[in-house]
This record gives sequence, structure tokens and C-alpha cells, in this order.
Amino acid sequence: MKSFVDKETVAPDGEHPAELPLTVHDLTVSYNQKPVIWDVELNIPEGSLVGIVGPNGAGKSTLIKACLNLIPANSGKIEIYGKSYQENRQLVGYVPQRESVDWDFPVSALDVVAMGTYRQLGWFKRVGKKQKQQAMEALDRVGISHLAKRQISQLSGGQQQRVFLARALAQDAMLYFMDEPFSAVDAATEEAIIVLLKELRSRGRTCLVVHHDLATVSKYFDHLVMLNMRVVAAGPTDEVFTEENLRATYGGKLSVLDAAAEALKNVKHV
Amino acid sequence: MFDLSASDLWDVLSLQKHNTRLVVLSATLLGASCGAMGSFLLLRKRSLMGDALAHATLPGIGMVFLVATLLGLDGKSLPLLLAGASVTGILGMGLVLMIRKTTRLKDDAAMGIVLSVFFGIGVAILGIAQNTGGAAAGLESFIYGKTASMVKADFWLIAIVSVLVCLTARLFLKELMILCFDDAYARSQGWPVLFLDLVLISLVTAVTIVGLQAVGLILIIAFLITPAAAARFWTQNLVKMLIMASLIGAVSGWLGASLSALLPRLPAGAVIVLVGSAIFLVSMFFGSERGVIRRYLKQRRLNKRVGRQHVLRAAFEILEDSTDSDDVANHLVEWSKLQAHRSWSEKKLKTLVRWCKADDAVEDAIEPGHIQLSEKGFAEASRVTRNHRLWELYLIRYADIAPSHVDRDADMVEHVLGVDLVKQLETELSEDLRLPKSPHTIEIEGEGGAQ
Amino acid sequence: MSWSDWDTWIVIVGALCAASCAIPGCFLLLRGMSMMGDAISHAVLPGIAIAYLLTESRASLPMFIGAAIVGVLTAVFTQWVSRFGNVDRGAAMGIVFTTLFAAGLLILTQAADKVDLDAGCVLYGAIESVPMDMVWNDSVPRAALVVGSSFLLNLLFAFLFYKELRVSSFDAELADTLGFSSGLMHYLLMTIVAITTVAAFEVVGSIIVIAMLIVPPATAFLLTRRLSVLLLLRVVIGMLSSALGHWASSSVPAVFGFSQTTSSGMMAGAAGFFFLLAWLFSPQGGVITKRLKRRSQSA
Repeated sequence: MKSFVDKETVAPDGEHPAELPLTVHDLTVSYNQKPVIWDVELNIPEGSLVGIVGPNGAGKSTLIKACLNLIPANSGKIEIYGKSYQENRQLVGYVPQRESVDWDFPVSALDVVAMGTYRQLGWFKRVGKKQKQQAMEALDRVGISHLAKRQISQLSGGQQQRVFLARALAQDAMLYFMDEPFSAVDAATEEAIIVLLKELRSRGRTCLVVHHDLATVSKYFDHLVMLNMRVVAAGPTDEVFTEENLRATYGGKLSVLDAAAEALKNVKHV
Repeated sequence: MFDLSASDLWDVLSLQKHNTRLVVLSATLLGASCGAMGSFLLLRKRSLMGDALAHATLPGIGMVFLVATLLGLDGKSLPLLLAGASVTGILGMGLVLMIRKTTRLKDDAAMGIVLSVFFGIGVAILGIAQNTGGAAAGLESFIYGKTASMVKADFWLIAIVSVLVCLTARLFLKELMILCFDDAYARSQGWPVLFLDLVLISLVTAVTIVGLQAVGLILIIAFLITPAAAARFWTQNLVKMLIMASLIGAVSGWLGASLSALLPRLPAGAVIVLVGSAIFLVSMFFGSERGVIRRYLKQRRLNKRVGRQHVLRAAFEILEDSTDSDDVANHLVEWSKLQAHRSWSEKKLKTLVRWCKADDAVEDAIEPGHIQLSEKGFAEASRVTRNHRLWELYLIRYADIAPSHVDRDADMVEHVLGVDLVKQLETELSEDLRLPKSPHTIEIEGEGGAQ
Repeated sequence: MSWSDWDTWIVIVGALCAASCAIPGCFLLLRGMSMMGDAISHAVLPGIAIAYLLTESRASLPMFIGAAIVGVLTAVFTQWVSRFGNVDRGAAMGIVFTTLFAAGLLILTQAADKVDLDAGCVLYGAIESVPMDMVWNDSVPRAALVVGSSFLLNLLFAFLFYKELRVSSFDAELADTLGFSSGLMHYLLMTIVAITTVAAFEVVGSIIVIAMLIVPPATAFLLTRRLSVLLLLRVVIGMLSSALGHWASSSVPAVFGFSQTTSSGMMAGAAGFFFLLAWLFSPQGGVITKRLKRRSQSA
């Protein structure tokens, strides 16, 4: 059995590594002198749904933020479709954690979703009919177009999460980074998100999703990155989602291991 | 004490008096542009930036005066002083951003540091200037304003800068909005956040500096904060908020300056601030979107709904317990049982029942000490109970939340989520339309089976 | 210029002032309310004006009481507006202090015929004139007594409530669950802030107070993460700023051929200088230190 190796990659073999949606090479990031993630090596194949799992503080969000250049990396190289992030950032969509913004802000759901089109609009140009329509379509795809005019604090948690997703959709990116989109949402939203993710995959989009619920991992994702400061394992879910890797990722935490055992049982049922 | 005729009042308010026209117009314009800029600051959570900025201009003013005097130029030339003020103002704000970026200190500390240190240095430089010769007298009025003695040039300066600033803000509206709402997302989209912050700061600096020498430090700070905060109570739309804040700023400038022109010994700056504060206070209570009263009423309505549903569910559960068959019939419900069911106080239950009676969900029973659900109330009670249990059951099945927590949580979620989710749960969880049993009993059975 | 007793007193009063601002300043910083000092120094005007009108004298005690009451009110109103009206706390503070200042100004101008008082001179003492007002057979300046006793008060306060202050600054909800009312602690702290600032700027001027409340705690914050060390360090930094500032007030202008300037402004400047040093060279996370470390890491 494969044990964890630091520099394991997702792609079976990197024949065209330059065209992969995301390659991360030797990434190390620290906060206040303390390394949070180190030596991360990843190759994410096109059209995959990739879950990023790991215990709290394992650096899941940090990994995403470093990929998006939101926090500086100490070392390492990140390539989006073979080019630097700066060159190819129009291909990248980002769904931040819901808590990251002030939901009291005086904008409507439609306004927020329209922000996804700002980059393609460029400087100074105003949001026009076309962008509004684009935003409406995105809202429609997440099933809340009837709430378009609502101020965002009047939406439920799940609906707020859908607004963020719609914003990423309106941008029509190729590669999406999503930070805990399933955290504290209702079941209907979780279902809607997963339907949407699968639809994105069928259109050749790639999604990296920070996830915390081990029970649903094998149901949702076809690739998995198991992270605990370094990459414990990465690859197709059915290959890397093993008890051994889970133990290596989560350590001896009893409750989590129980959850893992539960999750593994689910795998067997499938 | 005051001689005030209606025609005088009208003359001043309608700008027909020559000597007051300039002041009133300047204050109005300044109020409008500061209102708009202040809205961005408020949404960026940097309302006190204006405060720090206004103080940070002092060393620039002092320095320009010293250097110009040494070079034999006019140390009090307005363009030079404005330029000096802008330079240290922007330098100070740049330092705020840099401290924020490179240390663990938060915005408020960064602003406080820049404010106090720059102001201190400014005072020291002015001290030198004053010791150098009497020519420096009046420089401090740059900071404290000279509203009453405004001249035409001051007015034009304010007018031009206000218009330019508002136009620029209009141009950058979309960019400033994304900056204020979610700067991390903006950065991930490739917007130069630092540059946008600098644009915002430059705009604020421009209005602050032309305002400073005209109306003074305190008024400018108030103009940058109060109208924006007041406007926030009236709207949930950014553009409307900007317009609203400009209007409030303009009205307080106009009213305040007019009042001070009419009545003796009312300093314009102070009156304008107080008018603005009064508008703020009114907005805070009566604001149509986030006003205190409106929020209170909303909260009360929610409490009513929750309380009502609690009564109905309690009544239904009592009725359910009193029968063995699956069909629950609408009988009388004993008051004491109802009270015990949720351990309500008598007073509390009386209020709740009164609410239920008000919309015909509960009727007085013929027997004393009882209540009876109306037909409508009974139907609702059955539905509420059913929704509640569906949700509880759902939580137990799908999430690892202990049933003892579910009860409270479920109540909340029910009221927040409404009908949609309940429907979803119905299809997912029960094929037939019978009410599921209480999940608490299911849980107990499950545990028994496992052991 | 030669150093005299006069200068020594100025530095001592400055240092005492810095020390007495130390305690509230630290907690203000931790609570994200650093601008409170500035707000209070503007807001106390109506308190002073009313006290003056009522007593018709410029005696400092009534004014001090009036100012302290309004100082506390500033904190109360700010809290009230931000909680009740759901307004950002910075904005709430700004609204409250500008309103109070305007009200004070209005009272002063309305009563101008009765009162020989203007907004600038009433409450803002000057540290240079400290040695002119001696008490106890001309042995000690009154200012030294005032700021000294406010320092002792603060010391007592910190000693009694150290753990409560710490927990309620760190996590207000935790404090509430532990039974230390965070609301009560907040108002207690605000009262102390008001008394300290008012006492200090009545004798030494507002600039020093505002600067000493904010800058040395921030400097210390960059140098250490332990609260007790933080408190101690900031007292030292405050004292150093006072000495350096006073020295600089006569020597720096001299370099450019000017005569000396105000010590208070220079003390604020000196505090800023120490902050700059810490910002650039702090062993943990100074801008330049970090760069050097990164270079040595990659080398």
C-alpha cells in the first residue's frame, strides 16, 4: 500500500504539465515567521472536482489564498494553465469564506453577483444590461434569482453562500477556488452547490474546494488533497482516501477518526 | 433675545443675502461632497480617517510656511499652504496603510499614531515659526477655520474641488464599491487594492483640505462621518446611500450656515455640526431601513411569530398525548397543562395566548381554565408541529448534532428558513403524509437497539 | 542651552504623564479604541464650559470634574450609538465627539460676555509652564502632583483589575460567562481613561496625552506579546520619549538656526521616532529585520 509521500502528485503522469489548470511547486507559506504550509507540490488535472481536507489549522485556506496571491509565499511557484497567476487571473474564480465580508453592506444580491463581471468590464466602465443579465443568469443557476433585489443581510446563510457562488459563475472562470462553501449551509443549498460543481466539471471547469465533512468526501469529490501543513496525500479519491492517510492527516484525534471510520464505511457501501 | 423675522429667514435660506450667500453655498457644497466621500470611509470602516487626515496636515502647513519665509516668499500663500497640507496629509495616510500592512496593529492604532505624531510635529514646527517672528499668526486658523470671513476665492475653490471629487468618485464607483465590500476578493480579481485605497484617500484629502481652511477641523470630521452614518439608516443600496448622505450633508450645511448667519453669536461650524447630529439622531430612530424603531418592530414581529408557534405546538402536543389513536382531534386544552408544557410563567403565557387570540388561532373555551384552538389554529398547530419534527428528524439523520440541542436550533431555523426548506424535507424524509413520531423517542429506541 | 531644574521638572512631569497614560492606553489598543484619547480631548469642552459658567471661576477643580463627567459620557454615548444604532464604533465615536465639541463651542460663544474664555486656552495646559506653578513651598510643581496621583490611581486600578481587564479585553463574551461583566469593565476603563486624559491635559496639554495614550503602547506591542511586559515596556518608552522630546525641542531647531520650540509637540514626535525604530527593527517582525532574516534564510 502507498504510504504518504510528500511530493506525490494528482496527475498520474505529467506529460503536459504546462497545460494543467493548476500546478503548485515547492510552496511554503508562513505567518509571523511560523511556517503554515510547506513543500506543497500539486498538479491538478483539468475538469476535476478536488476536495482539500485536513484538520483545523492545517493550512487549507492558506493554501488557497497563497494560490490566489492574497498572502505572500516564502518560496514556490504557482502556475495557472501554464502561466503565472498575474497573467492568467481572468481564468480564476474565487469563493471566499462567508464570514470574510460585512453582510450589512448596502448592496443587493444582484450587485454582489455583478461584481464577478467587473474584471472583464475593466476600469471605469459601468455595469450595463449585459452584465446584469449575466448576473441574473448566474443567480438563476444557483436557484435564487427571485431574491436578486434583496439586500444581502436579509438572505439566509445558505442563500448568502449561493450569492458568492453565483458571483464566481458570473465571472465564467476556468478554475475555481472555494473556501468552505459547505460550511453552515442548509441541506438544500449543499445539494444545489454539489449539482452546480458537477455541472461545472462536465463543462471542463476545475474546482478546488476546502471541505471539512469527511462523511461526504467520497460522494462529492473525484480528487482529494489531504493536507496537514504538508501534503499528506493527493490523488484520486478512491486511491488516497484510506484509513492510513486519514490517520496521518488527522493524527490520533479520536472523534475525527470515528468520523473517518464512518466515512470509510460509506465508501464500502458505494 | 433674537430678532428674527420670517422674511429674513427666507432671504438667507434662499441665498438672497449677499453677505451670507457665499458661506451658505460653500457649506452646502462641502456637506454634499463630504457626505459622499464619508460614505465610502464608513463602508471601509475607516470613518476616523478624516480625523487623522485633518491633523496630519498641520506639519505640512508649518513646513511650507517656514521654508517659504526663509526663501523670501509669502508664507501664507494659499496654494502653497494647500500643497503642503496635501503632501503631509497623504504621506500620513500612506503611513497608516503601511503600518496596517506590515504590522499586527489595527487600523485604529495606525490612525492614532499618525494623528498624534504628525500633529505633535506640526505643533512643534508652528512653535518654531512663531518664535521666528510674528508673521506666523493666523496659521492656526487654517486648522480651526474661518467660516465667517470666507471670500469668493474660497467658495470657488470649494466648488471646483467638490465637483471634481464627486466626478472622480462617480468614475471609480464600481471599483470603490468592490474595494469597500470585499477587498480580498477584489485583490483576487486583480484590482490594485492599494492604488484604489490611495484614490479614496486622495479624494478624501482633497475635500478635507479645502474644507479645513474654510470651516475648520471639527466640522470637516463631522461632515465626513455624520451624514454617511445617518444615510445608512435609510437605505440598503449603495448609490442611494451616497445620494442620501450628500443630501444630508448639504442640508445640514445649508441650514446650519443659514442659522448662524441669522442669529447672533452662533459659530457656523458648531451649528452645522449640531444640525447634522440632530439629523443623525432622527435617522437613527426613524430610519426606514435600519432605524431603531423599525428594527425593534421587526424583532417584535418575529418574537410574536415564534411565541405563537410555541403555543400552538404545545397545545397540539398536549392533545396528541391525550389520545392513543393516530388521529388527533381538536379538544379543549387545559391551561395549567399548557403552562407546564414549556414552563411558561402565567404572565408570559397570557401574553402569548392573547397574541394567538388576536389572529383567531385560539378561542376561549366554554369550560374555565381551558383554551380551545380554532379550526384555523388547529390546522396551523398541526402543520407547525409537523414541520418542527421533520426538521428535528432531519438534523438527527444528517448531521451529528445531539438531539438535545436540536430542539432550540430547530425552532430558529424553522422561522428563518420558511416554507421552501420544509417542502424539501417533506419529499426527502417521508413518503406518506403521516406525521413522523417525535425524534427523541426514535433516538432512544436507536440507542437501546445498539446496546 | 544648559539643563536646569526647570528642564528636569518638565521631563519628570512628561514621564509621569507617559506612565499614567500607560495603563489605559494599553487596554485601549487591545480593544481597538485607540482614537478614544483624541475623541475625549475634544469632547470635554462642554463639561469645562458648563463648570465655568456655574462656578464663574477658572478654578481647576470644577472644570476637572466637568471635563471628567463629559469624558465618561463620551464613552457612554459612543457605546450607546454603536450598540443601539448598530453603527460602526469609529463612526459612533466621531459623531459623539464632534457633537459634544460643537455644543461646548456654542455654550462658550453664547456666554461670551460673561466668560473670558476661549476654546483653545481653557483646557490645554502647556508643559513648558509646568514649573511656574509650584506648590508645597515651591518644592514641587502642581502638575507633577496631578499626573503623579493619576499615575497612582491607574496603578491601583491595574493592580486590582488586571485579570478582569485582560480577559474582558481579550474576549468580552468569555468575561461575561466567567462573571466579570465586560460592560462594567468597559465603563470602568472608560472612566479611568477620561480621568487620566483630563487630568493630564489640564496640566500638560492634549497633544502629549493623545500621543502617550497611543504611540508607546503600539511601539511596545511591536516588541513583545506579553501583556505584563507590554505594560512595563510602554512606561519606559513613554519616559524616554518625554526626555528625548524635551531635549529635541531646543536642540533640533538649533540645527536649522531657529530658536527652541514647544516640548509637547516634540515629545509626541519623539514617541513617533521610537515607534519608527520598533517598526523597522523590532526583533519580531520589524520591516528591516524581516527582510534581513529572509535574506539569510534564502542564502
